[in-house]
Amino acid sequence: MKANVYVTLKPSVLDPQGKAIHHSVELLGFQQIADIRQGKYFEIALDDSVNETEAGEVVERIARDVLANPVIEDYRIEIVK
Amino acid sequence: MKFGVVVFPGSNCDHDAYHVISKHVGQPVDFIWHKETDLSGFDAVIVPGGFSYGDYLRAGALARFSPVMKSVKDFAAEGKFVFGICNGFQILCESGLLPGALMRNAGLNFVCRHVNIRTENQYTPFTNELELGNVLSIPIAHAEGNYTCDDATYDLLEENNQIVFRYCDENGEITQESNPNGARANIAGICNQDRNVLGMMPHPERACEELLGSNDGRNIFRSLTNAIAAVEA
Repeated sequence: MKANVYVTLKPSVLDPQGKAIHHSVELLGFQQIADIRQGKYFEIALDDSVNETEAGEVVERIARDVLANPVIEDYRIEIVK
Repeated sequence: MKFGVVVFPGSNCDHDAYHVISKHVGQPVDFIWHKETDLSGFDAVIVPGGFSYGDYLRAGALARFSPVMKSVKDFAAEGKFVFGICNGFQILCESGLLPGALMRNAGLNFVCRHVNIRTENQYTPFTNELELGNVLSIPIAHAEGNYTCDDATYDLLEENNQIVFRYCDENGEITQESNPNGARANIAGICNQDRNVLGMMPHPERACEELLGSNDGRNIFRSLTNAIAAVEA
């Protein structure tokens, strides 16, 4: 069992790194890009003994307590078989 | 009276803090390795600057899980003094000892220079030697010092007078130009509601000697010494 976790800045939080990347992309000639936001991506491999429900609960806790800072970030979890 | 300076893998201002406490404050001080959990005997704990755990994941995010941090939380809950400087401030925010978060500087660059900060609350254990509006020249050195919090948290900080220092110009005016990192409302340092935990991005331990360009940091350490003496009395 695998889980993917995506951590992104909350929409209300400014993302200066995303803005700088957006600017570079525009310099490359892509003028049609409305916005770029930077985030983090984690691949978590779980032991085979873990079932899907348990995996969801465990990864939810890891995402909430470690991977994301809830003051500034949101997260999204995908459980992949 | 005894000070402790926490040492994480990657701390690099621990010796500066130790030097200032022993040489300029003239008080006993010990290093506390991050795996230690016994803080009995200490009156104040400094969480120093640096790059704990290489700033992996987020600045301060992994140091929060070091064994010593549980003890630091209990220590703070007992009303004892905890002082987070730079990376220490980031760690205190990640640990939930202080509200808010420190994000990447708005200008994206690592900023390393002297800044001016204005004393916004002189009634804390860390500022009792200062007067409201006193301007201090203290260096900063960080890439993630952009203090942020939601509106509700900000209102609470204002209401409880928890904003202790703001970036200002040399005349003490709070201006956008004097904000080195985009921090909300020029916030350079905040305390908790009980006033016994302070976090600040500028480095007062690097401003305790004329040779280094400023003595202003001594006011903060002297204040803390007064506060500890008052508790002991």
